Amino acid sequence: MTGHSPILSLLLWLPIIGGILVLVAGRVAPQIVRYLALFISVSVFAVSVPLWTLFDPTTAAMQFTEKLPWIPTFNVFYSLGVDGISMPLILLTTFVTVLVVIAGWEVVQYKVAQYFAAFLILEGLMNGVFSAVDGMLFYVLWEAMLIPMFLIIGIWGGPRRVYATIKFFLYTFLGSVFMLVALIYMYLKSGSFDILGFQALQLGLQPQILIFIAFLLAFAVKVPMWPVHTWLPDAHVEAPTGGSVILAAIMLKMGGYGFLRFSLPITPDASHALTWLVVGLSLTAIVYIGFVAVVQTDMKKLVAYSSVAHMGFVTLGFFLLFAIVEKTGGLAGTVMGIEGGLVQMISHGFISGALFLCVGVLYDRMHTRDIGAYGGVVNVMPAFAFFMVLFAMANCGLPGTSGFVGEWMVILAAMRANFWIAFLAAFTLFLGAAYSLWLVKRVIYGDIGNDHVREMKDINQREFLVLGLCAVPVIVIGCWPAPLLDVMHATVANLVHQVAQTKLIGG
Amino acid sequence: MDLQSTLLIIVLAPLVAALVTGLGMRFVPRAAAHWLTIAGVGLSFLLSAWVLVGMMQGSIADSNVNLYQWGLSDGVAFEVGFLVDHLTALMMVVVTFVSLMVHVYTVGYMAEDPGYKRFFAYISLFTFSMLMLVTANNFLQLFFGWEAVGLVSYLLIGFWYTRSTAIFANLKAFLVNRVGDFGFLLGIALVLYYTGSLDYATVFAKAPQLVGQGIELFHGYVWAVPTVICILLFVGAMGKSAQVPLHIWLPDSMEGPTPISALIHAATMVTAGIFMVSRMSPLFELSDTALSVVLVIGATTAFFMGLIGIVNNDIKRVIAYSTLSQLGYMATALGASAYSAGMFHLMTHAFFKALLFLAAGSVIMAMHHEQDMRYMGGLKKYLPITYWTCLIGSLALIAFPGFAGFFSKDTIIEAVHASSRTGSTYAYWCVLLGAFVTALYTFRMLFMTFHGKERFKVVKQHHDGHDEDHEHHEPGMLAHAPHESPWVVTVPLILLAIPSVIIGWITVEPILYGGWLGDAIHVATANDVLVRMGEEFGSPLHAVLVSVLSPTLYLALAGVALAWFLYVYRTDLPAKLAERAKPLYLLLVNKFYFDEVFYFVFAGGTRALGRLLWQVGDVTLIDTVAINGTANGIGRLASLLRRGQSGFLYHYAFAMIIGLCVLLGWLITR
Repeated sequence: MTGHSPILSLLLWLPIIGGILVLVAGRVAPQIVRYLALFISVSVFAVSVPLWTLFDPTTAAMQFTEKLPWIPTFNVFYSLGVDGISMPLILLTTFVTVLVVIAGWEVVQYKVAQYFAAFLILEGLMNGVFSAVDGMLFYVLWEAMLIPMFLIIGIWGGPRRVYATIKFFLYTFLGSVFMLVALIYMYLKSGSFDILGFQALQLGLQPQILIFIAFLLAFAVKVPMWPVHTWLPDAHVEAPTGGSVILAAIMLKMGGYGFLRFSLPITPDASHALTWLVVGLSLTAIVYIGFVAVVQTDMKKLVAYSSVAHMGFVTLGFFLLFAIVEKTGGLAGTVMGIEGGLVQMISHGFISGALFLCVGVLYDRMHTRDIGAYGGVVNVMPAFAFFMVLFAMANCGLPGTSGFVGEWMVILAAMRANFWIAFLAAFTLFLGAAYSLWLVKRVIYGDIGNDHVREMKDINQREFLVLGLCAVPVIVIGCWPAPLLDVMHATVANLVHQVAQTKLIGG
Repeated sequence: MDLQSTLLIIVLAPLVAALVTGLGMRFVPRAAAHWLTIAGVGLSFLLSAWVLVGMMQGSIADSNVNLYQWGLSDGVAFEVGFLVDHLTALMMVVVTFVSLMVHVYTVGYMAEDPGYKRFFAYISLFTFSMLMLVTANNFLQLFFGWEAVGLVSYLLIGFWYTRSTAIFANLKAFLVNRVGDFGFLLGIALVLYYTGSLDYATVFAKAPQLVGQGIELFHGYVWAVPTVICILLFVGAMGKSAQVPLHIWLPDSMEGPTPISALIHAATMVTAGIFMVSRMSPLFELSDTALSVVLVIGATTAFFMGLIGIVNNDIKRVIAYSTLSQLGYMATALGASAYSAGMFHLMTHAFFKALLFLAAGSVIMAMHHEQDMRYMGGLKKYLPITYWTCLIGSLALIAFPGFAGFFSKDTIIEAVHASSRTGSTYAYWCVLLGAFVTALYTFRMLFMTFHGKERFKVVKQHHDGHDEDHEHHEPGMLAHAPHESPWVVTVPLILLAIPSVIIGWITVEPILYGGWLGDAIHVATANDVLVRMGEEFGSPLHAVLVSVLSPTLYLALAGVALAWFLYVYRTDLPAKLAERAKPLYLLLVNKFYFDEVFYFVFAGGTRALGRLLWQVGDVTLIDTVAINGTANGIGRLASLLRRGQSGFLYHYAFAMIIGLCVLLGWLITR
């Protein structure tokens, strides 16, 4: 351990210990459970803030590192660290968890302590995934993360929760099993599980392709990319609001993060060889899923499909690199693609989270997610309508909101790769607006649809606070993304140079 | 005060007013809402005027300053900043002046509306967005303003959100604009790709290097880079400035309250595309092909959209089609490389079209929210101020010599005539005949509304519970006689009527021939038709005098005469004519069936494709066949294997014996 306070360990363990405390409190003092959970989540967020303020944006090296032996026999270390890619994601995690705790305040009445404990423990594990520098630690946390989410959907979910939660579990588990095989293979080659060691490993094209595909399976399911995305709508539909928020805002980002941490730097030549595949699947997500989202009649499914389409920009931005190099022979534009993808991840965390919270607000009042059951909500819930329209606009990438930044950068970068890639990516302008605003038209606008709508109450102060907390970053990042981009530059530039170098001998 | 802070105040004053009024809606008193926003936009207007005057006197120089860095990635700096030259200054004054008039007018027009404060917040937000658009010094900010005005337009068209037609119209407007933005964004991306910058000054400096470069969009087909860029940018302009075939959203936008029809859908926002192309003149000048496209599309819009105006009976929609047609004129001017003429028409049109819309709003108020001209007539005596101002607006619109529209529109027609660009002959006939069409629909509207017999009845209010219910009244039945609107409505009308008369006299020479727009507009010498026309231009008075020699005047007079004949003298004739020329009439009434085709192909197609991909792709192929198929397959395999594990000892013993036999048999026979 170097001479700084172990912030990352705190971020990993504080929520987990806090979660256990909440469980205990549920037994002995149920009335304080909510406050305790809120206190812990706010504390964790407070602990995470120095990551931002003390972050050194000039270096690509891991910062806030901690390293302790864990399983010495296999050279496994408890090794943590963050760079410009993972640091914003950790802050997103700690921030969104606070929102989820507030959002669940009075909505959850069944097994309250367990509910909050599950989210706190999940938070710790997710922080760990983003900060793990050891492959084995990463894998363990990656899989462990499934358990709280499995329980959240399975216990507090909707009527088809069992189908959804098993589908979710098997889908993601199947994907990650191959990742384990790849990790073990690289351990045997390099002698440790150090991710940076993996990145330095010389590998032939054949093993690279196999490793790439193993990782692709794990990450593509998580993102999710077409065609392994079908668990997502089901999981979202059945998950409680908080589960949907975490799923959309954070867990999907793990896939994107994995591509940057593993796939691109470890297997650059395979990434190069299979760029067409990832780019093709990303564009399919943007266009195909965009069309699918338009015709959804279930609000949560619509937002879920919209998530898949938006995550398409993330993977597209990451994998434009080789297409650009091939076309122009230079690296100009590659950084913009990756940074655009990263901003898109952060932005999507807030926007999709906010949209699921909006759906939750409606669901709490009407107990249906069917779009047709609503209509004219603005008449009775003007404050809510304001937020819903704001987030819908952010979802269709209106400039001035964070949703614009990532899409803008990725489309600009895509033009360097190929006109038609940019052309297909730009479909989001139309499709994003079509599904977002058609949803708004049917739910928010119009005359009061029925008597149930007439009886709906506008959002209370707690709901106002949650939606407002989402709105602030959406607007701030939209109007001034520079601070967010600045922390990424060094890391992304380093990554690009790393990836641009072939690992093939004599290549 | 330095120019930089002045600009900041100009742009931010409406934003602050909008935010305070909008976000603090519950706490801001009603009167404060309009005072605050009027003060904000009034301040903007005064300072804009100060900048413009300063520029005219030469005491203020062009300025191009970055305000802050929005983001930096890959060596590309995305800035937010202001470019203020004569073009911008002109636009700022036009925008803030019309906006101020509309703010004041709204006090009267929306007086009884429950969304009073919201409306003021929106129009102030719009003013801010539009100012961001016109002051931008780079493509990012341009795109920001571009989308932000689209957002406010969306919010305002759907202002009366309980009306199903309004919320249909606003969705349609946003989506059609997004189709345009699709091209716009790709155009911007290409600009960045080929010049490495989004800053206007840098891009324009590098623009000449684009000539001769090719882009291979399809295998084997190489296109000139400037052509591709400009056509894509123009697709954006087609959405925003409602050029055929992306014009379909504008008539429906009339679902919004009338003040915003004047401000957004006539005077300012819809002209953003024209402004943008003028701003991009250094790029457009590089591609004759792109300019031909602009020319042909503009001319088509100018003529054919005017035709629709002849058969419509909704007073606002007639003016909306007129707006489409006039936007077509502006685009035609751009296509003929007469950017200054396009901008000039933009300015004069902003005044007289805002005037016409606000006058129509005054009529609509007097008629208790009746917009159908078939139930009007003879309103002249009830609404004298509205009538006279409307007449001035109409004369300006039909380019009657001396009025504002005359100087600008005549110039466009002449410029197209003088142009030798591909498509200019077609365009010339379109804009020339358009002059007749314009006069016909304009005076048809004027006559049907203000002249002739009263086609409404004033019935005494019967106090039987459901009194003045504006929504459910019988067409043509008024509770009390129409009366002139309050001063907050008529004063803006008068203030807009003044420039509609005089602005041409003052500005025609400097803007068109004096090079007043200066470096903001770049025209290749070979294309510069205005220079040649300037040689023959003596003075505004001379222009008015020689107009008696031009066919345009006679076409316009013929249009007025025909309108009078059909709608005042022989009012039975229009119906008969419609019967005689039924196919043509139906074609016009149905707006050339653009809407139907769009609904079927785009709206229907999107949903059909979405359903297909979802049901066949996701649900059937991926989920049912692949995922659950695998799961079921494993289940079936497991149940098959389970039979081997029955738990009965004799099953296992029997299996062992068979296995042993097989093994032994294999060992023996091998």
